[in-house]
Amino acid sequence: MDKFTKLTGIAAPMPLVNIDTDMIIPKQFLKTIQRSGLGKNLFDEMRYTQDGAEIADFVLNKEPYRKAEIIIAGDNFGCGSSREHAPWALLDFGIRCVISTSFADIFYNNCFKNGILPIVMPQEVVDVLMEDARKGGNARMVVDLEAQTVSTSDGQSFAFSVDPFRKHCLLNGLDDIGLTLEKATAIDSFEAKAKTLRPWI
Amino acid sequence: MTAPRTLYDKIWDDHVVHQAEDGTCLLYIDRHLVHEVTSPQAFEGLRMTGRKVRAPEKTIAVPDHNVPTTLDRAKGIENEESRIQVEALDKNAKDFGVNYYPVSDVRQGIVHIVGPEQGWTLPGMTVVCGDSHTATHGAFGALAHGIGTSEVEHVLATQTLIQKKSKNMKVEVTGKLRPGVTAKDITLAVIGKTGTAGGTGYVIEYCGEAIRDLSMEGRMTVCNMAIEGGARAGLIAPDEKTFAYCMGRPHAPKGAAWEAAVSYWKTLFTDEGAHFDKVITLKGEEIEPVVTWGTSPEDVLPISGVVPSPEDFTGGKVEAARRSLEYMGLTPGQKLTDIKIDTVFIGSCTNGRIEDLRAAAAILKGKKVAPGMRAMVVPGSGLVRAQAEEEGLAQIFIDAGFEWRLAGCSMCLAMNPDQLSPGERCASTSNRNFEGRQGRNGRTHLVSPGMAAAAAITGYLTDVRELMAETV
Repeated sequence: MDKFTKLTGIAAPMPLVNIDTDMIIPKQFLKTIQRSGLGKNLFDEMRYTQDGAEIADFVLNKEPYRKAEIIIAGDNFGCGSSREHAPWALLDFGIRCVISTSFADIFYNNCFKNGILPIVMPQEVVDVLMEDARKGGNARMVVDLEAQTVSTSDGQSFAFSVDPFRKHCLLNGLDDIGLTLEKATAIDSFEAKAKTLRPWI
Repeated sequence: MTAPRTLYDKIWDDHVVHQAEDGTCLLYIDRHLVHEVTSPQAFEGLRMTGRKVRAPEKTIAVPDHNVPTTLDRAKGIENEESRIQVEALDKNAKDFGVNYYPVSDVRQGIVHIVGPEQGWTLPGMTVVCGDSHTATHGAFGALAHGIGTSEVEHVLATQTLIQKKSKNMKVEVTGKLRPGVTAKDITLAVIGKTGTAGGTGYVIEYCGEAIRDLSMEGRMTVCNMAIEGGARAGLIAPDEKTFAYCMGRPHAPKGAAWEAAVSYWKTLFTDEGAHFDKVITLKGEEIEPVVTWGTSPEDVLPISGVVPSPEDFTGGKVEAARRSLEYMGLTPGQKLTDIKIDTVFIGSCTNGRIEDLRAAAAILKGKKVAPGMRAMVVPGSGLVRAQAEEEGLAQIFIDAGFEWRLAGCSMCLAMNPDQLSPGERCASTSNRNFEGRQGRNGRTHLVSPGMAAAAAITGYLTDVRELMAETV
C-alpha cells in the first residue's frame, strides 16, 4: 500500500447525497480477478453514454477535474455494497482523498486498506470545501494527514480527526496482515480457550 | 457484579483476542463465508505472500453472483469473465482446502441462504463475508457483517479482524403486524424512518413483539437489510425458534455438544438496564405494505401513497429526489398503484427462502400473470428449490406464467444474464433500488414477495391485501 502523507491536488465537487458503490463502479466491472485497471470505469454509468461516449457535464469529464485527486461529496458517500472495487477504481483514477459529512461503514474501512484517506467534516465545512472545489484548476486543496488539516486555496484551514492506528498505517503504508501475524501467539491462545468454552464452533 | 450488557456487547466480549490502548481490537472470526466476486484478489494475495488459510474448516465458499439460473446451466457459463471468476473460486477452494459447494451441488445457492441452511451459522458466532448482506446472519444472534477484499484476505490469513466497537442501537417493533404485512415491510419501514445513514456507526438489535413473532426466515429478511440502513450489523436475540431452526442441520452440534451450545445460547440476550445509544420504536399495527419509489432504499412509502415531490424534502435530498424521479420516470402526485410494472423478480438473499416462495404462491394460486409480464422466481438455494417443488409451489408459479429458475443472486444485482433493459420497470423482492442495480437504466421498486406476486397479476404496483381478500 502507498503511503499517504501530504496531498496537494485538485478537488472535484460531487454534491449528490447517497453516492452508492453501484454508481462508483457498476457490477459489470466486478468480474475482474485483479485489483488494477478499474479507473477508466469509475462512475461508468454517470460518466459515459450507453455507446461509451463521454457525458460532457459529468464533473470528472471536465477540465481540470479529469486530474482530480480529491472528491468533495454529499452525505453518506459509498453506501451499498462491500465491493472493494469501489476504492480500487477511485485509486486507479487517481483519487487519494474523499471528504464528506458521512461515509458508509464498509466503504470507509476499505479506503484505509488502499491508501485512500476518507475525511468526515461537518456540513458547514463541506459547504466551504465544495465552493472551493468549484473554483477549478487554480484552487489546489492541501490535505495534511500528519497535521490532520485540510486547507483551501484561499488559506482557510480545517482540522479533522482520524483514528490513530489508521493514521499510523496510512502514514507508513503498513500492511495489516503483517501486523496481525505478529500477534499469532494471542490468536493461538484465544483458539485454545474458545475450544473449551465453545467446543461446537 | 458486571454492568448490564447488550447482546452485541456479550458477543463482542467473547471474541476479543487483543485490545490495544486506543481501543482497537483484534476480533476472532468463527465463520468466514466466501463467494467468487470479492475473493479472487484475496486468495491471490495469500499466494503472493506464501500465506495459508489459517482455519479452512471455518471457511465456507460458494459461487452465487455470476452463476446462470437458467435450467441449462450445466452446459457452462457463456460470459468469459464470469466463467473465469467462478473457475477461480473452484481452484482456490481446492488449493486452500476450504469447504465448498460448487455450481453442480444441489446445496449451492446464495451464500447467505446456504450458511444458515447448512448449520454453519449459529447463535453467538462472529460471521463475516465479503458481501454487505452478511447482516442476514444476525437473525440467529450472530454478529455478522460485510467486509472488503483486503479484510477477506486478513481473515483468511489470521482468522481475525481489526475492529473498533460500534455503538448500540435498539429498534423495537411493538404489537402485531396486520394481515399482508411482512418482515420486508418492517425492514423497509425502519429504513424509511431512519434513512440510509441512520444506522452508520451502530449495531442494531431488533426486538419487540412483532420481531419475536417472525419466523427465522422473516428475521433473516429484517437483518439482511440492516446494512441498507447503514448499520454495521443487525441482531435478534436467539430463542426457541432459533434453536429449533438450527437443530439437526448438517453442521450444527449434536448430542452433548448441542446441549452445551443451547445452554450458552440462552445467555445471549440484552440484560435489563443495558445502555443503548439510540432507540427507535415502530408500532407493528401501523406498518402498511410498502414500496420504494426512488433510487435509495430510504425512499419508502405505504402502497396507499402518492409519488412525492422534490420540494417535500430538504437539503441535499431535494436534488437527489429530483434525480431519482427523473431516473424512475415518475411524476409527483402520481398514485403508486397507477405505476405499471413490466417485470417481477422474486428471489435474492432478502426474500429467496421457502417462506417467501410460499407467501408469493399463496397469492398466485389459480391466477395468471398480466399479459406481457416477464416474471421469474429464483430460489435462494438448490434445497429451497427442491422443497418448493415438493410442496407444489413450483407448479403454482409455472401455471401462473413465472419462469422457475435455478439458485443464485440473479437479477438482484444482474451480474449474470438476468438483467433489466433500459426503462424496464421491475417489482423486485431484492434489497437495492440503486440506479443501474438491476441493469443500466432499469427501474426497481422494492417490495415483499406477496406484493411482487400481486403486481405480477395486475400489472401494476398493487396492495396485496386486495388480492388476499379474494382468496379468503
